[in-house]
Amino acid sequence: MVTVCHEPTRSWPALAYAPAGGHHHSIPFDPWRPLAWWLARTRSRFKPVVEALTALPLVLPPTVLGFYLLVLFSPNSTFGGFWVQVTGETLTFSFTGLVIASMIYSLPFMVQPLQSAFEAVGRAPLEAAMMLRATPLDRFFTVAVPLAKRGFLTALVLSFTHTLGEFGVVLMVGGNIPGKTKVISIAIYEHVEMINYADAHVLAAILLVFSFATLLMVYTLNRRFPSGGHG
Amino acid sequence: MLLIDINIKYQNFTLQTCHTILASGVTALFGRSGSGKSTLLRVIAGLEGCAKGRVVWGDEVWQDDSHFTPPHKRGLGFVFQDSRLFAHLTVAGNLAYADKRARDLPGANLDEIVDALDLGPLMARHPATLSGGEQSRCAIGRALLTRPRMLLMDEPLAALDANRKAEILPYLERLRDRIGTPILYVSHNMAEVTRLANHLMLIDAGRITHSGPLSALLADPAAAPALGPQEAGAVITATLTAHEPDGLARLQTTTAPLFLPHIEAPLGSRLRIRILAQDVIIAREAPAGLSALNILPAEISQISGDDGPAVMVQLRAGDDLILARITRRSASALGLCIGMACFAIVKSVSVAPAHIGPDHNTSHQRP
Repeated sequence: MVTVCHEPTRSWPALAYAPAGGHHHSIPFDPWRPLAWWLARTRSRFKPVVEALTALPLVLPPTVLGFYLLVLFSPNSTFGGFWVQVTGETLTFSFTGLVIASMIYSLPFMVQPLQSAFEAVGRAPLEAAMMLRATPLDRFFTVAVPLAKRGFLTALVLSFTHTLGEFGVVLMVGGNIPGKTKVISIAIYEHVEMINYADAHVLAAILLVFSFATLLMVYTLNRRFPSGGHG
Repeated sequence: MLLIDINIKYQNFTLQTCHTILASGVTALFGRSGSGKSTLLRVIAGLEGCAKGRVVWGDEVWQDDSHFTPPHKRGLGFVFQDSRLFAHLTVAGNLAYADKRARDLPGANLDEIVDALDLGPLMARHPATLSGGEQSRCAIGRALLTRPRMLLMDEPLAALDANRKAEILPYLERLRDRIGTPILYVSHNMAEVTRLANHLMLIDAGRITHSGPLSALLADPAAAPALGPQEAGAVITATLTAHEPDGLARLQTTTAPLFLPHIEAPLGSRLRIRILAQDVIIAREAPAGLSALNILPAEISQISGDDGPAVMVQLRAGDDLILARITRRSASALGLCIGMACFAIVKSVSVAPAHIGPDHNTSHQRP
């Protein structure tokens, strides 16, 4: 099923990841933002079901998720076949497929901070906006989103850094193709497997420093945003 | 005219009312905590989705069995108890939020509101840096900038201490007189109500028990139990005629002069003075050798008592009505009866400054 390309390579895997990271974080926002909004406000009895589904990638072994995604993305499946028809490309072993898989994998990291940020905003400021003639969509963009800013930042960075370190799903769906779907975390694994500790050290250090710097930035910025609610 | 015919059941509380509210002047909705007054206000605004019944504004049906107009389409302004300014915007941003969404509607413009509420120095500040009183002023200004057809105010001063309240009340009085927006004002503070309102509705346990012009209702002995014996008291209007050298203010009523502790107002001001029923003594003859300065000739117009030891006596002094709460025993010892001439005695220092405010709506003061 999965052919993992073990071709030893000196090509710089970080370059392969750069588009993945840059591309990735702007996409997952938009499908998950309405979902988080719905979860924060709904009184539906299906809320626990949706919440459980949302949290699933958190507990599921990445290989299980990767396996199902691989099956789903396969050109022989309905979805994968439809994708090939529409775009002319397969989702498996492609960068696009990797992005979609990452989005699903990082779903809880995106939705949960957003949901709690929206919950923290509460009804009060939205009622105030209602009484200032703001329509529902207007209220969402001018009151809920800005007041949930902290949650957005957390969601963005958590899912981004989480995706940076993902392994199983990427390996299953992306196939570790150099220059295309090869990511740092897998490259480190390869280096270690081949007892090439020097290169593993370099990449591991890059990830360490980068992750720390990102988190530091989030926590610093967090102090400058209102924590939701109203004044 | 606003018609509310509503029935909401909560676990331990039912709000049931069928009433019309005037769309002019200031109508106060007065009741104790938990009487349902805030809920009623939220029903009118459309913020209580579970309410069953009809809410009709003029010929617009806002709510009935088949239709519900969402709050943002009702054209009402709402001032919440906790100002609810947007934390992510400055004061200017908060005002602009309202202004932008109501630009084409008639009403006060931004500059007028900023001026009337002295918001100029606060414009660049964030809500979190404002004092409670400043937040209230901003919230009131923001609500007015939506150019509402009616302004609903849910105890806008309840969260403030006495000094802050005293600071905001003049602003509210100014708005009432400058900007003609009808106001529905929820409060459990009678002093506030008597200063601001010209129409009064009393609500108790989810029902509106009394409704009428403020001065008439406050002078109605039958409504007194709904207010509570401590709060009952009529409002009279008088003109400030002199600041006496000994610190007292001299006011002219339609009968005798009243002497009250110093009042911060220019000579000639028309003032509303609330005289609590428990601070009034009745004498059948003009008393001599009494320390009280205020002795108003009057005539007994109503007497009403419940089962308790006290009775409520309504006195007509010129054009004003005064309520006195005296013991049943005194009433029978004096042989009080309707039509009897007597004197109402009010101790000067018993009228608290909070019970005195300017009066600009004398037309509503007719009993």
